[in-house]
Amino acid sequence: MSLNGRGAALFALLAVAGATQADETSVVLAEGAGVERVQAYCSMCHSLDYIVMNSPFQDRAGWDKTVTKMVKVMGAPLTPEDSAAVIDYLAANYGKPATAPRNQ
Amino acid sequence: MDRRRFLVGSSGALAGALLLPRAGLAAESGLPAGTVASSVLDALPGKQPLIKRTWRPPNYETPLALFREAYTPDDAFYVRWHAMVPDVELADWRLRIGGPAAQHAREYTHDEIVRRFKRAEVTAVNQCSGNRRGLFSPHVPGVQWGYGAMGNAVWGGVRLKDLLEDAGIAPGALEVVANGADAPPLSGPDFVKSLPMWKALDPDTLLAFEMNGKPLPVWNGFPARIVAPGWTATYWIKAVTDLTVTDKAFDGFWMKTAYRVPKGMFGASGFESQDTEQNSPITSIKVNSLIVDPAPGSALPAGRRVELMGIAWDGGSGIRRVEVSLDGGANWRDAKLGRDLGRYSWRQWRYALKPQAGTVTVLARAFAGDGSTQAEQLVHNPAGYHHNVVQRAEYHVA
Repeated sequence: MSLNGRGAALFALLAVAGATQADETSVVLAEGAGVERVQAYCSMCHSLDYIVMNSPFQDRAGWDKTVTKMVKVMGAPLTPEDSAAVIDYLAANYGKPATAPRNQ
Repeated sequence: MDRRRFLVGSSGALAGALLLPRAGLAAESGLPAGTVASSVLDALPGKQPLIKRTWRPPNYETPLALFREAYTPDDAFYVRWHAMVPDVELADWRLRIGGPAAQHAREYTHDEIVRRFKRAEVTAVNQCSGNRRGLFSPHVPGVQWGYGAMGNAVWGGVRLKDLLEDAGIAPGALEVVANGADAPPLSGPDFVKSLPMWKALDPDTLLAFEMNGKPLPVWNGFPARIVAPGWTATYWIKAVTDLTVTDKAFDGFWMKTAYRVPKGMFGASGFESQDTEQNSPITSIKVNSLIVDPAPGSALPAGRRVELMGIAWDGGSGIRRVEVSLDGGANWRDAKLGRDLGRYSWRQWRYALKPQAGTVTVLARAFAGDGSTQAEQLVHNPAGYHHNVVQRAEYHVA
């Protein structure tokens, strides 16, 4: 995991502030490359069930759009490298199955 | 606001979170697989077990069985937040009114408002813009709500109009911008919404302190929230602290970019200052109905009389008629309407049937006072709003 400095500092601050609710720890994401970055960055603002809930219907472009919104609009402190890793993880583990018909 | 505190406590023990019971399964069908897998029944402090869609921020919907009540009990009312839930002390709370189109800046305590302004009440459905988003096909991202991101209550407080007129409305006033005590966790846009003057000054638009005769639960906007009857809940700002009367269209993210529908897809918005060439803000609730009891998917005894019960509502023109079909939509008969609790309230309906063995498919559709009825096919839109497709409920009769 390679959190950049600002991200790591913010995450530590939120952890100290106790922003993480007890029950959201029940959310277990699939193992896979990039999972640590997803856990660290996405959980700054929301529980990780947001990811599971929004699956498996988004293709790579869909997850790219979501992550881009989180960075550009919501202020998630991901570097371009972080974003690429997070999008890869989400598309691979919570993406639309390749066999599904297009647009669904 | 650095004085702001946030509620972080949830229901405590994980053991309190239950898998959804079998009776709830039909109501979950059509939702994304990941939504079904990650939803549990969980009780927030002061609430009954509701369907948890997300833990943080808390987004919980009301299970179907709880819609049997004409007024949704406070502890059954759905919960929807964009950011952390603010923990506001009533003694510390202030309402500030100001802005370029207010003649005076005002600040009130709760006591001052209650003492100085006439009490007002309205019975109204509060429905999330994205209610039933999870049933969209193809699915669209967002909170994947089933049928329960709504409730009906008697809202008590004061008229927004009386407060705004006390501050004085300058010529050229265009919108009233409402902000609450919640704040985004990082540098994202604060959840702030505006109303056009006509809606802000409507005598049924309130600053409410009460829901069903009791103080608003923290989860539903304590100590005060906007009540904009007939409009989706995005405008019903919770834990409201600031009202700004502006002479320009408010261009915050949650107005300008989010909560939008393609222009003309659902008729005129009634909010011209926020319309663009491409899209309009979502505003009025579309006519809709819900089959509540017996729960869709349940088993019924053959040859015995069963009474179907449901609810129907719209954006304030009132429910004129509800029709039920037992043959997939070929023939329709009128359901019996329950008491009219007000034009912004939902209205209960009942329909008796004596089903024969097999599978019975029941459809229900509501007609509003303005002549509108429910969609036969989904009107798909990118953000997943206004799902009011005629419901199909299947019962297994034996």
